[in-house]
Amino acid sequence: MNVWRAMKRHPLRFVFSSWPWRSLAYLATGPVVALVWLTVVAAMLVVGVVLTPLVVGIGVLACVPLTAVVLAAVERRRLRWLDPRPAPSAHRAPDGTGLRALVRFRLREAATWRELGYALLFTVLAAVDLLVPFVIIVGSTVAAGAPYLVANGDRIMYGSFATVDEPAEAWLHSLLGVAIALAGCYVFAALAGGRAALARALLVRPATEELVEVRASRARLADAFEAERRRIERDLHDGAQQRLTGLIMTLGLARLDGAAPDLIGKAQAEARAALEELRDLVRGIHPSVLTDRGLGAAVESLAERSPVPVDVDVELPERPPEPVEGAAYFVVAEALANVAKHSGASSARVRVRRDGDILTVEVHDDGEGGAEPAKGGGLQGLADRVSVHDGTLRLSSPPGGPTILRVEIPCAS
Amino acid sequence: MRIVIAEDSVLLLEGLSQILTRFGHEVVAAVTDAPGLAAAVAEHEPDAVVTDVRMPPGFRDEGLRTALALRAERPGLPVLVLSQYVEQSYAAELLQTGGGVGYLLKDRVGEVMEFVDALERVAAGGLVIDPEVVRSLLSRRRERSPLERLTEREREVLGLMAEGLSNGAIARRLVVSEAAVVKHVGSILAKLDLPPAPDDHRRVRAVLAYLRDGGGPTTEG
Repeated sequence: MNVWRAMKRHPLRFVFSSWPWRSLAYLATGPVVALVWLTVVAAMLVVGVVLTPLVVGIGVLACVPLTAVVLAAVERRRLRWLDPRPAPSAHRAPDGTGLRALVRFRLREAATWRELGYALLFTVLAAVDLLVPFVIIVGSTVAAGAPYLVANGDRIMYGSFATVDEPAEAWLHSLLGVAIALAGCYVFAALAGGRAALARALLVRPATEELVEVRASRARLADAFEAERRRIERDLHDGAQQRLTGLIMTLGLARLDGAAPDLIGKAQAEARAALEELRDLVRGIHPSVLTDRGLGAAVESLAERSPVPVDVDVELPERPPEPVEGAAYFVVAEALANVAKHSGASSARVRVRRDGDILTVEVHDDGEGGAEPAKGGGLQGLADRVSVHDGTLRLSSPPGGPTILRVEIPCAS
Repeated sequence: MRIVIAEDSVLLLEGLSQILTRFGHEVVAAVTDAPGLAAAVAEHEPDAVVTDVRMPPGFRDEGLRTALALRAERPGLPVLVLSQYVEQSYAAELLQTGGGVGYLLKDRVGEVMEFVDALERVAAGGLVIDPEVVRSLLSRRRERSPLERLTEREREVLGLMAEGLSNGAIARRLVVSEAAVVKHVGSILAKLDLPPAPDDHRRVRAVLAYLRDGGGPTTEG
């Protein structure tokens, strides 16, 4: 969750969440940081100029840009209030030892100068950050308190445009104050979100292309496996399954003709058993109901086959992308298999929801707990499968239960 | 009966035609894809349709979708759907369109007499649901459902009704007298609060209540 996503939620949920407060805190502390930085820079400039006749002064002046490095470190830390993504510094480890080498190295880095640029911009913008919340807070408080002020004989004047001095007007005005406060929540969040984006753009090392490439190739591999599973499923459906069905049908016809009915009946039963095994196998490879009807119907189908009673609660306004759907399906399949095999549970619950672009799958059972990813290959395999899609798998399974498996997969659509 | 068959495997298509012809039915069209099915029904106005689920052009569930569309256009058109898999959600979708519907695993065709019998019952406005779907419905625990009011035996009888069996056939299957079955059926209909109507109609509705309750499709767009 970050501040932009929070703003897209239901207005009531957003206003009463921690986000407006976080944004306000972010905006309000910015000018303090800026002021401290300016003071330090000013002091260094004065000391530097005064001591210029001595060599030390030049050294002090040379260090002024480095104050931005410290400021940037503070800013990256503040950034985490609004944006939980990791924010690594763009600096590299210095190649020499000693203070001199460090200063030289830092002064040669582009990151340092970017940070200095940020520091200057940030100091100018801090004035806006101070002014906007101040106006909104004072404006909404005064307006909201209008009935109280008017009752005490005061009045509110907006220059020569309007004056509020009657109780009825004051109450209307009070409503306006509340509206300003609510709208203010969005202004704070948007302003803070903008500052945070600026900080991320200038102060944070972008995820290296290498990493992105690795991830993309892993996802490609997973997609290729998925495509291959589908192909196998199709081949078996059009090939072996149809032939066995044909065989069963032909044997049925032969039995009508009255030739060796017992033997033919036996052969038919064998063929049917083979077809049934094949059907279970194919379902494990790739269930056609998932392709045809999506996750809801596929999870229902898993629940029907589970020996432990399963309560299914799937609400998806639209279908997630196919790879995500597949991963989520196999999470539920594996989790329900574990519930049946190891948990000793008497009931289980599957819940699937989509919140923004995160698909959440939760499998809950009332068994004896104690499940560990390290113990079985199943859970670890699931975690691997989920991580290919940048998802996360969390497991809570204290001894004595209950066990809760929660998987979140991003699905941008 | 005049029958249209849709099945993309030529092997199975021929087998089906052979069986139906042998039992005195006329196969007026045998097609291998979903658009062909819609066209053949429009052209021949058959007494019954037998169709596969997965067919060209998309090899997904075109057969089922076409069957649903056909029944929406021609309410009561008897349709028997055959598939390599049976899914409760598909059964529920089909049954929402009323009586005269069947849904069976493909290999049930191997029991030739029973298969032909099932098709005839569907053509007469009955319901035939694959035992596998019925079994999974019976084993599934459901709370706050009128079905919870039924006894084990009554649920068993309702399951066999869903498979499309007559009272006599249910009696033979459970090894009880037909009078006992009639009593169970009456009790089921009463417990499910079904208003009085011709018996066949109420049977269908009891089964529908049963399937809707167990396999109501999940909301998904």
